[in-house]
Amino acid sequence: MIAETPVSAPSPSVQGGVARFRVYRYDPEQDRKPRMQDFEVRLHAHDKMLLDALMRIKAELDDSLSFRRSCREGVCGSDAMNINGRNGLACVTNLRDLRQPIVLRPLPGLPVVRDLIVDMTDFFQQYHSIKPYLVNNTAPPERERLQSPKQRDELDGLYECILCACCSTSCPSFWWNPDKFVGPAGLLQAYRFLADSRDEAGAERLDNLMDPYRLFRCHSIMNCVDVCPKGLNPTSAIGKIKEMMLRREI
Amino acid sequence: MALARRRLDAVIVGAGGAGMRCSLQLARAGLSVAVLSKVFPTRSHTVAAQGGIGASLGNMTEDQWLWHMFDTVKGSDYLGDQDAIEFMCREASSAVYELEHLGMPFDRNPDGTIYQRPFGGHSANFGEKPVPRACAVADRTGHALLHTLYQCNVAAKTQFFVEYMALDLVRDADGDCLGVVALEMETGQPVLLESKVTVLATGGAGRIFAASTNAYINTGDGLGMVARAGLPLQDMEFWQFHPTGVAGAGVLITEGVRGEGGILLNSRGERFMERYAPTLKDLAPRDFVSRSMDQEIKEGRGCGSERDHVMLKLDHLGAETIMKRLPSIREIALKFADVDPIREPIPVVPTIHYQMGGIPANLHGQVIAPADGNCEAVVGGLYAIGECSCVSVHGANRLGTNSLLDLIVFGRAAGNHIVSALGRGSAHKPLPHDAADATLSRLAQLDSRPSGERTQVVAADLRRTMQAHCGVFRTGALLAEGVRMVAELAERAAQVAINDKSRIFNTARVEAIELSNLVAAAQATIASALARTESRGAHARDDFPQRDDANWIKHTLWYSDGRALQYKPVHLQPLSVATFEPKKRTF
Repeated sequence: MIAETPVSAPSPSVQGGVARFRVYRYDPEQDRKPRMQDFEVRLHAHDKMLLDALMRIKAELDDSLSFRRSCREGVCGSDAMNINGRNGLACVTNLRDLRQPIVLRPLPGLPVVRDLIVDMTDFFQQYHSIKPYLVNNTAPPERERLQSPKQRDELDGLYECILCACCSTSCPSFWWNPDKFVGPAGLLQAYRFLADSRDEAGAERLDNLMDPYRLFRCHSIMNCVDVCPKGLNPTSAIGKIKEMMLRREI
Repeated sequence: MALARRRLDAVIVGAGGAGMRCSLQLARAGLSVAVLSKVFPTRSHTVAAQGGIGASLGNMTEDQWLWHMFDTVKGSDYLGDQDAIEFMCREASSAVYELEHLGMPFDRNPDGTIYQRPFGGHSANFGEKPVPRACAVADRTGHALLHTLYQCNVAAKTQFFVEYMALDLVRDADGDCLGVVALEMETGQPVLLESKVTVLATGGAGRIFAASTNAYINTGDGLGMVARAGLPLQDMEFWQFHPTGVAGAGVLITEGVRGEGGILLNSRGERFMERYAPTLKDLAPRDFVSRSMDQEIKEGRGCGSERDHVMLKLDHLGAETIMKRLPSIREIALKFADVDPIREPIPVVPTIHYQMGGIPANLHGQVIAPADGNCEAVVGGLYAIGECSCVSVHGANRLGTNSLLDLIVFGRAAGNHIVSALGRGSAHKPLPHDAADATLSRLAQLDSRPSGERTQVVAADLRRTMQAHCGVFRTGALLAEGVRMVAELAERAAQVAINDKSRIFNTARVEAIELSNLVAAAQATIASALARTESRGAHARDDFPQRDDANWIKHTLWYSDGRALQYKPVHLQPLSVATFEPKKRTF
């Protein structure tokens, strides 16, 4: 899927018009297996993003359609889903850029709880496994610890992750080994702390990733980079972790 | 159905900045603490805060906590409690240093200290000139703060109950709070969480308005719980319009844009804020800037074909500053306004942003309510912190950067108070036998109602009504009509039906429950607004355009049971310094 997704030709403006959908439905209480359901929804003048249309379907056509959402501006990471074959956030995906019918599925590779809602336990467990917090056992000064702008710049492109899971669930290595491979999101954060001049646990962090699976299952196919809604580059961060390991060996 | 039960030292409802700062304190002290959240913690609305957190670190130019306190009192239009404001401003620096020590990736100055930018209403030397006081992580300060706190809670092994929605408080005959009844969203099962203390950190109810910068989850759940428990809500007439929401979309554009040098222009290309606020100009407080913008629009100098917005110009800052300091603003402008702010101005309009009022609390975070002649009697076992609370540090108008500060300072203060209170030893009080009955019957009624209006039809009517009757322009007639309409909406909200009958992750059910909380917040807001016959801070009455200090330096208390509004005095006496006496506000 995903890696070779063609850029769909922009459809004529849909704001104020009708949008057509094919949506993955599955309710474990009622359905023996998943099904696809078609919707046609009339959009209002301000319905610009995919999430606006989904909210309208839920409000006006079918209140049982289930998905997560919150900030509606691309910063909380709730509404990640597979949109016309590509992972993205519904709230910052402009309807005019989507070929119709718009095909929506849950993020691939994670168990489906219901409809577009997936069970993210594996994803967060991997995030937790890299010890995603600053370790510094030196008594802090009364004021802030100092960090030069250059040292701080090292964290740009890393700390901005919103944990939406678009990247990890577009990664074949994560699909096959969600319990063993940390995945791009977790590894990006692993590097965020390795790169922080204030962190003192670098060696332990690298030890924690020395394993045939945890780091080295990344084969640099870069689906993660392709889909990240925040424009981050986990593959590059993974490369830097590998370099740090190499430097440590010699 | 047997009700699942859990027993803990403390239950915190809400995993935003306040809830997670508090939980960190409790978990580190070794207490058993459960944090409930409707969403995964890093999805809480704190994540959307952009511009900065206020503290008089003085990293750029001289600054003092007393100046910060003065600005906050004046910003509050003298309705803020001056003891709480002094406490917050004095604690600010240590609270921010602590965040840095926890790992928050603040932007830095060449000398390695935390970068600070100017922000609306923050001044040096009691109003003399703008001062850089907002400690910033680019334009993602809330994101960095929330993720840092989540990370530290992971390290401290805080127990999270993710995607649990709290439904009601459990109280005994003494009025003490003994826990909450909650709904596990994934299974649809109710659960009773029994605790020695309960902390509400549920955020604001910004979704009662049609045009709002707030996330969909901001439905005032803690306010609804408190109102249903018969406790009052304070100062709910005060809602902040943020001057710069993207016109049409409502998405927030940080005041940090103006802190970095951005300016507001009317249709003539005039920097109109120079006329309204000669000293602070575009960096006057939000109520002041929003009203000035409305004035420009009202007088026909709005932009666009409808002349219904103004322009925020920042192209003169240069691409480098924009990419370094305001990268997310550029992203938002490109996506939601179809403009690149490196070249073009962003169309903006005042948009509902923040709830100054909320659950009355003292500066330890303890919930207070009038009882036995004491207008500030402590409600046993119950705390409220963050936007859902009213301490009151924001009074009638909050200054930018003081919301994140409020979360951290009072999250920590409540945490410390709880640790020392529980450290003195206490047992769980016995639960009343009918602890969950009212809640379960409310759920059962909702589930079994065969037909009725759709939740979102009623919710949309509520938002439209509040926007039209309790928005920027408020008059007695509009408000009185609005009170009547909201009362009707409350009856409709009690009769909504859901078609989704599944127990599994039933978001229709969640939305219907949220609607009842929205209704409570809306009723409190509009009734309090009708009664306050003056203009103060964000509450602007066309029929009472002046501030009336003789009659209205007092806090409003609203109860859901229909009894008359009550009032209580503002704390004009700070902790250690002299009172800042009310003065006419000019900037």
